[in-house]
Amino acid sequence: MVEGKILKVSGPLVVAEGMREANMFDVVRVGDARLIGEIIEMHGDRASIQVYEETAGIGRGDKVVSTGAPLSVELGPGLLSNIYDGIQRPLEAIRERCGANITKGIDEPALDRSKTWHFVPAHVFGDKVGPGDVYGTVQETEVITHKIMVPPGVCGTIVDLVEGDYRITDRIGKIKRPDGTIEEIMLSQKWPVRVSRPYAQKLPPVEPMITGQRSIDALFPIAKGGTACVPGPFGAGKTVVQHQLAKWSDVDVVIYIGCGERGNEMTDVLREFPELTDPRTGKSLMERTVLIANTSDMPVAAREASIYTGITIAEYYRDMGYNVAVIADSTSRWAEALREMSGRLEEMPGEEGYPAYLTSRLAQFYERAGKVVCLGDDGRIGTLSAIGAVSPQGGDISEPVTQATLRIVKVFWGLDSALAYKRHFPAINWLNSYSLYRDRLSDWFSENVSARWMELTGKCLKILQQEAELNEIVQLVGMDALSGEDRLTLEIARSVREDFLQQFAFDDVDGYTQLDKQYEMLTLVFDFEAKAAAAVAAGADIEEVSNLPVREQIGRFKAVPYADYLAESEKIKQEISRQLDALTEKVEA
Amino acid sequence: MIKEYRTIEEVAGPLMLVKQVEGVKYDELGEIELPDGSVRRCRVLEVNGRNVLVQLFESSAGINLAHSKVRFTGHGVQMPVSPDMLGRVFSGMGEPIDGGAKLIPEKSLDINGTPINPAARYYPSEFIQTGISTIDGLNTLVRGQKLPIFSGSGLPHANLAAQIARQAKVRGSDSKFAVVFAAVGITFEEADFFISDFKKTGAIDRTVLFINLASDPAIERISTPRMALTAAEYLAFECDMHVLVIMTDITNYAEALREVSAARKEVPGRRGYPGYLYTDLATMYERAGRKMGSQGSITMIPILSMPEDDKTHPIPDLTGYITEGQIILSREMYRKGYMPPVDVLPSLSRLKDKGIGEGKTREDHSGVLNQLFSSYARGKDAKELMVVLGEAALTPMDRLYAKFADAFEEKFINQGFYEDRTIEKTLDIGWELLSILPKSEMKRIKPQYVEKYWPKK
Repeated sequence: MVEGKILKVSGPLVVAEGMREANMFDVVRVGDARLIGEIIEMHGDRASIQVYEETAGIGRGDKVVSTGAPLSVELGPGLLSNIYDGIQRPLEAIRERCGANITKGIDEPALDRSKTWHFVPAHVFGDKVGPGDVYGTVQETEVITHKIMVPPGVCGTIVDLVEGDYRITDRIGKIKRPDGTIEEIMLSQKWPVRVSRPYAQKLPPVEPMITGQRSIDALFPIAKGGTACVPGPFGAGKTVVQHQLAKWSDVDVVIYIGCGERGNEMTDVLREFPELTDPRTGKSLMERTVLIANTSDMPVAAREASIYTGITIAEYYRDMGYNVAVIADSTSRWAEALREMSGRLEEMPGEEGYPAYLTSRLAQFYERAGKVVCLGDDGRIGTLSAIGAVSPQGGDISEPVTQATLRIVKVFWGLDSALAYKRHFPAINWLNSYSLYRDRLSDWFSENVSARWMELTGKCLKILQQEAELNEIVQLVGMDALSGEDRLTLEIARSVREDFLQQFAFDDVDGYTQLDKQYEMLTLVFDFEAKAAAAVAAGADIEEVSNLPVREQIGRFKAVPYADYLAESEKIKQEISRQLDALTEKVEA
Repeated sequence: MIKEYRTIEEVAGPLMLVKQVEGVKYDELGEIELPDGSVRRCRVLEVNGRNVLVQLFESSAGINLAHSKVRFTGHGVQMPVSPDMLGRVFSGMGEPIDGGAKLIPEKSLDINGTPINPAARYYPSEFIQTGISTIDGLNTLVRGQKLPIFSGSGLPHANLAAQIARQAKVRGSDSKFAVVFAAVGITFEEADFFISDFKKTGAIDRTVLFINLASDPAIERISTPRMALTAAEYLAFECDMHVLVIMTDITNYAEALREVSAARKEVPGRRGYPGYLYTDLATMYERAGRKMGSQGSITMIPILSMPEDDKTHPIPDLTGYITEGQIILSREMYRKGYMPPVDVLPSLSRLKDKGIGEGKTREDHSGVLNQLFSSYARGKDAKELMVVLGEAALTPMDRLYAKFADAFEEKFINQGFYEDRTIEKTLDIGWELLSILPKSEMKRIKPQYVEKYWPKK
C-alpha cells in the first residue's frame, strides 16, 4: 500500500509526491473524503492523478493512498437493468443512501451484495476446464441467462461445484490448477476497463443488425459486430436516433452510455424502458439494458472512464455468446474530457487543443467491437457493435473528433440540420451518409427478405441523387423547363423521402418497421413509379399523375399495423393499377 | 484561528498569487483586506505546493502587495438563503442592494451545488402554457425544462422573456410560483425594463433579483448565475415552489470566463473560449429540473445574444448541446414587424413530445405541430423559388404552400407581446391556416383528427 502526499491541486488533476512505488494507472484514494482517482503520469517520485470526483476542499499535504489495482469493473449477475455512473457506482443505490444529489467519496459496490442468485452448474467434479468455459448459469433476468465463465488465464480441474443460491461474494466452487494450487470461483469477476477482454478469433461481420429504422436498414445498414457514428449539430436528432437504436435493435443486450449529456435524457431512458416491451421477447426492454450515466454536470474525469466502463461490460456479455450493442452519446464529450486533462497536464496540444493521441484512443475504443469466436470449448460466437454519437461544434464535421472517428467506423449517418428544420426525421442526410457494409450484407438481405431488396434500396439512393441534380436545374430555370419524366423523378423522390424515409419515432406503429413491411413499402413506391412512367410516356399530364388519390394511400401506409399490412398493400397495389390504367386509357382515347 | 497572510506575490488581471500558505484547499473562498479596511473576495483556482493561485471576484484596484492581507475561510463560496429572499434585490455577489435589512439566513449553501443523480430526476412532462403560439403550439415548454432564447443585438428578447414570465401558468394547478431573475452584465435600461414589468404585474413580490450591471466588475459575473441558481434550488427543492429562472445574458458570463482563462494562459478552444466551456455551462444549466423528494421544480430560460447572429458561435453552439431545445429569434421577422419574432424552423423543444397530447394539451396537438412545421418549411422553399423565378414557375400546389407560409407568419407567429392565447386557440388557428391547403396534404395528422377538427366552411 503506497501512501503519498498532495503537492498540487488544479481542478480534476492532483499531483502527489512519495508515490515512486505505485504503478501507472493504479486507482488511488485522495484526501480524507477518499475520492477516487487514477494515476496517469509518473515523474520520479511524483504521480499525476486524475480524480473522478469534485476536488473542492482538497489541499496540500492531504493523503493519497494507492489501492494497487487498475480501474476495474465488477462483472457478474445483477448488471442488467441497472444504472451506473462513469466508474460503475450504482446510481439507484446511491440515491437510496444519499438522496437526490450525488455527494463525494461514496463507496458503493457495483453489484448488490445482499441479493442471492440461483446457480446451476454445467460441469461436474473432475471436469477439466479452461479460460472462457461456461461452468454454470444464473437466470439474470427473464430474457438473459447469465453464463458464469472461467476467468481468462485460469485452467484446471473442478474440485468443488454445487448447485444452490449464492450471493455475489460467496464461493461457488474451486478449480485445482495443474500446479496444485486452488482457485476459488465466485459469481463475479473483475476486469480492468482499459484492457480489452480476450477472445479466440475475430470474424468479419456478415449479418445486419436490424433496427426497424427505415433509413438505416434500407439505405445505410449496420452489421452485427460493426461500428457506426452519428454526427450532427444540436437539434438534428442524434439522441432520438440513439434511443431508437437502443429500443429496437435486434440484439440481446444493450449498453447505453450517456457520456457528458443531459440528465433528463438518462432519466427518460430509465423511466421509459421498463414500460416498453421488446418486440422479440415480449418482455420489458430494461431487462436487456445497462445504463452508464455520466451527465454533463458530473465530474469531467469520470466521463473519460465511462466509455471504457461501458464497453468492458459489453465485452463481458459478448463473451457469453450474445449479440451486444454499445451506444455512446456522445464521444465528443469524452474527447473534451481528454482535452481538459491534457491541458492540465500541460501537454503540447494537437488540432483545436485536442491531444495528439485522440485518434489512437478513439481507434482503440472502436476496435473493441467486432464479431468473435469466444474463448471456451463450445466455440460460441458473440458480436459487439459500437455506435457513437459525435457532436461537432457548429455542426462542422471537419473538426478533429468527427474526422478521427470517420477514419475508423464503417457506417456514417450524417444528420442534417436543414432536414431537421423541415421536421424530416430521422434527419439522416442521404447524400453524404454511407455504409461500407451494404455489399457485404447483400447476400443476407437477398436470402432473408427478398431478392429485390438490394435493387429497390439501390434505386432509392439513385433517385435521391437524381433529385439533388434536378433541383439544381429547377433553381435556375424553374419547374416548367423539366420534361415529364424528370418531373416524375422528382415526384417519386419526394415519395421516397416522405412516404418511406420519414419515420416518426414517437408513434406506436411507425416507430419500428419490420423488414418485410419495409420491403412492401418500397414495392408500393416503385410499383407506382413503373405504372406512372408508362402513363407519362403515353402522354398523361404529370400534374394529374401526381395528384392521384392513391398517393395519399401510399403515404398513409406506414401507419398500417403490422398485422394488416399485406392485405392493405394488396389493396393499394390494385388501386395503383386501376387509377393509372384509367388515366392512360383517358389519354389514349 | 484563521491565519492571515501578507505574502501576495503577484496580481495580474483577475488573478493573484499568494505564497507560503498552509492548509489552503482547492476552491476555498478567500478574503483580501486592503490597507483602507475594505474587503474583497477571491477563490482558490490552484494549489501548488505552498503557493496558491486565486481568482478575484472584484476589481484588483487598490490591492497593495506589501500591506494587503489575505485570509482563507475554510469553505467555498456560499450564499445565505431564506424564504425572505422573495421580493429582494441582490448584487451579483449575493449582497442585498435594495437598502433593506440584512437577510437572516436559514442556512448557507455552496453556490456550486452538487450534480443531481439522474436516477433521482423526474422526467419533465407538465405542460406550461405561456400563451405564445410559437412556443405552446410548436415548441412546447414543460416544467423543469431548460429552454434558452437565442437572440441577437437589437432583437426584443427581453420583451419575450417578460411575456413568458407574465403569462406562464400550469393549467388546473395553483401551486406556489416564484421567479429568480439574474442580470448578468446587462445595461441598466434592460434591467429596469424587467424590474418595472415585474412591478406592473405585481410579480415583484414573488421575485428574487440578482443584478450585475454592465458597469459592475466583469469578474463578478462568474458567480452571479450560480448565486441565482442556488437561491432557485433552495426555493424549489426545499420550499417546494415552482421557480422560473431567467438569466440574461449568458454571452457576458462566457466572456468573463474567457478573461480568467486567458489570464491563466490556458490552451484556448474555439474563439479563445476555454476548452471546459461546455462543462462549465453544463454545471449551470443542468441545475434545472425536477427531482425526487421535492414538489418544486426549476424551469430555466437563459437568454444569450449570438455574436453576428451566428448560431455556430461557441456560446450558442455549446448551449444548444446542453439545453433541451432553443427558441431562436429572427431578424427577418422583426423587420417585418411580426412579434414575437420567433424563427420557427430552427427553434425546438426536445421535451415537447411527452408534454403534449390527450390529457395534457389536446389529442391532435402532435399531428398539427408536425404538419405546421413541414408545411411552413415547404412554403418557405416555394417562396424562395418564387423570388428567383417568379410566381409562374411554381406548381399550383407550391403556390398554395407559399400562400400558407405568408398566412402562417401573419396570423400564427404575429400575435404581439400582450396577447395571451390558450392552447386550444393556438391549435384552432393552426387548423384554420392548414385549411388553406387541400385536405389530402394532411399526411402528418391521423385521419380521424382531420375529420374531427377540419374547419367547416
